[in-house]
Amino acid sequence: MTALRRVRTHPLVRRVAEAVATLLGVAVCVFLMLRVIPGDQITATYGTEAAALTPAQREALRSYYGIDRPLAVQFLGWLGELGTGNLGFARRTGQSVASMTAHALPVTLELAVLSTLLGLALGVPLAMWSASRPGALRDIVGQGIGLAALALPSFLLGSVLLAVVSRYAGYNPNARRYAPLFDDPGLNLQQMLFPTLVLGFALTAPIMRTARSALLEIEGQDFVRTARGKGVSPGRIRVRHVLRAALVPIVTMTGIQFGYLLGGAVVVEQIFSLPGLGRQVLTGLLQKEYAVVQSSVLVVALGFVVVNLATDLLYRAIDPRVRES
Amino acid sequence: MTEASTTVLGAEPAPLGGGGPPPRRARGILRALLANRSGAVGAVLTGVVVLAALASYAGLTPFDPVAQHAADRLQGPGGTYWLGTDQFGRDTFSRAVAGAAGSLQVAVVAVAISAVVGSAAGVLAGWFGSAVRAPVLAVTNILFAFPPLLLALALASMFTRSWFTIAIAIAVVYVPIFVRVARGPVLSLRETEFVRAAVVVGMPTWRVLLREVLPNLLPVLIVQVTLSLSWAVLTEASLSFLGLGTPPPAASLGSMVLDARVLVTIAWWTMAAPGVVIVLLVVGLNLLGDGLRDVLDPRRAVR
Repeated sequence: MTALRRVRTHPLVRRVAEAVATLLGVAVCVFLMLRVIPGDQITATYGTEAAALTPAQREALRSYYGIDRPLAVQFLGWLGELGTGNLGFARRTGQSVASMTAHALPVTLELAVLSTLLGLALGVPLAMWSASRPGALRDIVGQGIGLAALALPSFLLGSVLLAVVSRYAGYNPNARRYAPLFDDPGLNLQQMLFPTLVLGFALTAPIMRTARSALLEIEGQDFVRTARGKGVSPGRIRVRHVLRAALVPIVTMTGIQFGYLLGGAVVVEQIFSLPGLGRQVLTGLLQKEYAVVQSSVLVVALGFVVVNLATDLLYRAIDPRVRES
Repeated sequence: MTEASTTVLGAEPAPLGGGGPPPRRARGILRALLANRSGAVGAVLTGVVVLAALASYAGLTPFDPVAQHAADRLQGPGGTYWLGTDQFGRDTFSRAVAGAAGSLQVAVVAVAISAVVGSAAGVLAGWFGSAVRAPVLAVTNILFAFPPLLLALALASMFTRSWFTIAIAIAVVYVPIFVRVARGPVLSLRETEFVRAAVVVGMPTWRVLLREVLPNLLPVLIVQVTLSLSWAVLTEASLSFLGLGTPPPAASLGSMVLDARVLVTIAWWTMAAPGVVIVLLVVGLNLLGDGLRDVLDPRRAVR
């Protein structure tokens, strides 16, 4: 960010402008990506029967779907529709992508929030415990747990957890139809339990590793020595001085990971049959529902860019030095 | 995996001549790496999996990984089949090793592409003015705006499915990381005495970049390559698990886990074998990366 040209605009304005430009770029990419895929809406809709169409029929269909117009016009048309809240329609069910997304987004958000909280609750204390005696047994154990969280892929942990618990404890809330949070909170939270455990554990790795190295770096700095020399109690130093100063990297890492969860929870949503955004994209890809993929991916990217922006704002609030520059 | 890292970057330092680390230094680095706890453990774990994978390329697995032995379905470990057989009577051990080879092949090619493309773009973006910087950073920002697995999924589904298109999809996802890793140090290297001196004496720009800048980036890049390999292995396995990875019947760690989901309570070994291989490989690569960072890049090393 430091290399950006020094324009006389407020850094926040610049940051927002950058985010908007990125989103536009994402929209262009998503649009072009789906045009590169072999086949078009006609072959996707009619399958092998598309080969039997006469040139005239084909031409009529092309103009019906609007794919006879120049790419730029198609793109602007799509963008204009998005502006009015029309995200397109699923070919088979005829459902609007906007309403599908309205159902999927809360599922994904709930899962992301719960897993992030669990990841923080496990990762930060583990890092503090580990960093309190670098090189000692507790550090090795702590780092070992962090490494395990990094190396155990969600699909493995999720599959084993689901299979073992449902076989030996006969408990599998995810086999039942998904219950939205506000319809049946009890069942919903049970269905979120295993996915949250798996994702929260996976998040422990980056959070723990980032927090540990930040804590160690800050512990060696002068102001910590001063505080120690002043006679501040070790516990207070650890929380009020060291942890507070280490918050920026921890918040940044958590923000990035939270953003990834918006669309990156595909695997866990798939294993535990949660109808979230990731699964919506995956199903769309497998069924060649281009409108669904196109708009859902854009929604995911929008979420990611917004989360990153929010993270930036958050550490402006945490760290006065960022505010100054 | 050190062999792979050097081949990945080998294409670049070759014309450097004196710029690359001389053999004595390379041996010193290896010794330091083995003296480092993470480095040694990581090198051994990675080495074991890589050797097994190479052996499977040479056809040295106990059984053909795709051969079905109908009479010996779901055999337990021990006996003729070291780690038992799956529901088609295929040897689990051979399949896990072949799966590791397949995952590594995709990961190595993917990381090689993204390391070369990404660090070249990063070096150019760090060296030249906004004419190069702006487009490179714009593309980087756009690629960073997608969750990695989702982007890999979307890209992988664009092409006809083969191990190479999957490698390309994963490569695109990791390009921005190398751009970022390479660009940062170039910004400060550009201002150093020795680089300025090279420019002042009239060394052509490409030579300055290859002989003065690139060798100083190598430590950071080698560490990044090792860590990226572990993510690429995981990404490939996740794609296969979701049904968009290496096409069957070829063995793949992700699709083995997928198949084992329904079998795990009656035949735990079908899940354990690919699981253990993934964990060994990823732990090994991460420890190796940490060790390499301690040895090559002491400033960024975590105590």
